[in-house]
Amino acid sequence: MAAQNLQSVPAELTPEEDAAGQAHFDRIIAEDSRIEPRDWMPAAYRKTLLRQISQHAHSEIIGMQPEANWITRAPSLKRKAILMAKVQDEAGHGLYLYSAAETLGQTRDKMMDDLIAGKARYSSIFNYPALSWADMGAIGWLVDGAAICNQVPLCRASYGPYGRAMVRICKEESFHQRQGFEILLELSNGTPEQKQMAQDAVNRWYAPALMMFGPPDDDSPNSKQSMAWNIKRFSNDELRSRFVGMMVEQVRVLGLTLPDDQVRFNEDTKKWEHGPLDWHEFQEVLAGRGPCNAQRLERRRAAHDDGAWVREAAAAYAAKQSAKQQKEYAA
Amino acid sequence: MSTHTEGHGDISTGVAGGDSNASATRITPGNALRPEDIALEVKTGLVKPSEDVAEYALRLGDDALILAQRLGHWISRAPELEEDIALGNIALDQLGHARSFLTYAGAGMLKEDGTAKSEDDLAYFRREHEFRSVQLFEQPNGDFAATIARQFVVSYYQYELYRRLTDSTDATLAAIAAKAVKEVDYHRDHSSQWILRLAGGTEESRTRMIHGLRLMWPYVGELFRDDELTQRLAEAGAAVAPSSLREDFDRLTAEVLAEAELEVPDVPAAPGGGRQGKHSEHLGYILAEMQVLAREHPGASW
Repeated sequence: MAAQNLQSVPAELTPEEDAAGQAHFDRIIAEDSRIEPRDWMPAAYRKTLLRQISQHAHSEIIGMQPEANWITRAPSLKRKAILMAKVQDEAGHGLYLYSAAETLGQTRDKMMDDLIAGKARYSSIFNYPALSWADMGAIGWLVDGAAICNQVPLCRASYGPYGRAMVRICKEESFHQRQGFEILLELSNGTPEQKQMAQDAVNRWYAPALMMFGPPDDDSPNSKQSMAWNIKRFSNDELRSRFVGMMVEQVRVLGLTLPDDQVRFNEDTKKWEHGPLDWHEFQEVLAGRGPCNAQRLERRRAAHDDGAWVREAAAAYAAKQSAKQQKEYAA
Repeated sequence: MSTHTEGHGDISTGVAGGDSNASATRITPGNALRPEDIALEVKTGLVKPSEDVAEYALRLGDDALILAQRLGHWISRAPELEEDIALGNIALDQLGHARSFLTYAGAGMLKEDGTAKSEDDLAYFRREHEFRSVQLFEQPNGDFAATIARQFVVSYYQYELYRRLTDSTDATLAAIAAKAVKEVDYHRDHSSQWILRLAGGTEESRTRMIHGLRLMWPYVGELFRDDELTQRLAEAGAAVAPSSLREDFDRLTAEVLAEAELEVPDVPAAPGGGRQGKHSEHLGYILAEMQVLAREHPGASW
């Protein structure tokens, strides 16, 4: 297995080796260069990355569900094709990210088990329901838009496999965001019912999308260390403010409005500001009490369990084939 | 034209001007024929199918559309992430073929205002009895083995059909088939590999594979049934007589089944009738789901 060769779970090292490893690591971080899987790294760095990358992978996989919900009902064949391709891209993103996480010493099976057992987190945004076709537009425009703001800086993350996975993911995400924008634009210029559908979707997804950047800076305990390690480059509030500025411009082109009358550009701080967000709701959804938490996990569990016999069959077949080849080789 | 597929895996046979490096999963600009290209040709009057060809394109388009709809349901529900992607790819390929065939069919079926019907007019605003797909394509996904069994039959059938259609005297049908045959060849590879894995995996997977094949096999016969339309078109060189595909289909599927140590299912054939608009109970539900939103907003564009 390639992942096993890359794994750098440390064997017992002497204190001298640890000290040398730490010095090497510190130098790489100071030079803003990249840590690779075989390099020495602090246990906490490994743990932080593993948590972040696996959560990101899980978000891609769970995030397939709200959009898959509309594949069979997409209102035109062209939109159906675009949506199918998008959800398929998300499965692909999940795969690269699980692979990147595997280089830190965790198997994909274990990560999947943790997800299904409810032990691992994924982005809370996917615990909101996709109720209308316009949600395919709002998810693309707002949710993927917020994801891009978060993820573009991650292309420079200090851990090599993560940064490289993010480069490819960001390219596809920006394509998805444009598709979402285009769906909303078409609806906004359509019938009054279609325009209403678009506005309703923007109203529902706006605040949850802003909360995707995480809690306010003074309430985000892990951010500081992640920034020191060159994993995170900008604070939650900084990214959120940038995102609001982008949306303000784009929503005008759409001919829709943001459901926030307190959005403004602060001339003193040179930053975009927005109205208050319901952080209690955020904590509730995070704690498992969102509209779709149970549904999303159950769907993932059902797909995993229903497919167990297929995975067992594939493994058994592969083992038989390999035994047969070895026998032929020996003969 | 070569009328005989030599063996499993000879992807370039009969594909004139094909690009053996083309991927079914990637857009190949300048090479691939897109439904939008056909729509443009229809609009500018460059192509117009005969009434017979339009009806024939409708049949093939409906087959691919209904299968794409079925396969689309698997995305986010597959046994492995790799299969979410693979089944999604196959669904996308089928949807692409459907869009091309339906766009071309619509050019021969005018609306009241005299303009051509679009792919969406045909997909979203026809009723069950107006669909011309054969009944195999609407069979339920069932478990993964049933889906693989359906895909196995479909991919070997479509491969033989499209390979021959590349020589059609109708240039548009030939062009659609030339793109489709390369993609369908990957579908053959995917389904035959899974047949081998599931048949040779565990006792459970083998039982399920045998059951899946038995579920789908009653609908095999209908694929190869000639009628007046296909006879007329085959004589003119525009289409392929379905019965002429049977020998290669039987031989090649039997090879895979033999390798998997499976029997060709011995089950009674269903009467079929999809080409005349007679469908199973399943199609109504497929259409209800597929068409609901478009029909709530007639005349809207998306």
